Amino acid sequence: MDYALRFLAGGLMVTAFAILGDVLRPKSFAGLFGAAPSVAVATLSLALFKQGGIYVSVEGRSMMIGALALAIYSVVVCQLLMRLRASAIMATVSALAVWFALSLGFKQLLIG
Amino acid sequence: MIVHARISALNESRWYEYGARFALGGMTTLIAGVISDRFGPETGGLFLAFPAIFCASATLIETHERKRKKEHGVDGYRRGTDAAALDASGAALGGIGLAGFGLIVWLLAPDHSLMSFVIASVTWVVISIASWRLHQKFRHSGK
Repeated sequence: MDYALRFLAGGLMVTAFAILGDVLRPKSFAGLFGAAPSVAVATLSLALFKQGGIYVSVEGRSMMIGALALAIYSVVVCQLLMRLRASAIMATVSALAVWFALSLGFKQLLIG
Repeated sequence: MIVHARISALNESRWYEYGARFALGGMTTLIAGVISDRFGPETGGLFLAFPAIFCASATLIETHERKRKKEHGVDGYRRGTDAAALDASGAALGGIGLAGFGLIVWLLAPDHSLMSFVIASVTWVVISIASWRLHQKFRHSGK
């Protein structure tokens, strides 16, 4: 039941932000919604009722690190697309290695 | 550059594309929760900023742009890649806003649980839009 609720809440939030991103122009502005807190709001809301504010606060701290990794990841994707003319699927999937390395590396360095 | 909404853009997306994003969003939320349960909130929190949805959006934008150009008899490979790159540059700025969201939740959630989400969401909007405007300003002043 808990997992079904998570799935539903996450799906709805992501779709809502995706619709916003689809209709807004210019494209660079719409791109902001590619980093919208859709998964975060769904997950943290459920965690708040289940585990409380301290737990959510710890998730928020790690999320900050993940978000900075996301910003750098997006710059890498942009460079792969513009300079190497890679396809979007190739650029976004291959650069995931950057996101994993940065987020896990920074987390280990800053939090332990 | 003026921000505006183009509602007709919704007609370019098929229902299954929204279905795919719904499923991807649901799966990412589910996996983030499972990782938090299994490895703790320190590791699970990282996945609240996992770029799964961005991967899907960038690919769809590229596909739509290429299709539009093909309908006009033009090879849209370059245009599709450019559109996806623009989306990525926006996501980079949104990522800075998302870090602001995390910072507010980290600082305020223990004492002001629900209110912290409201303030964090406003923070995301303000930082994202401000950094986008700054980026636009420097891009145009550099030309």
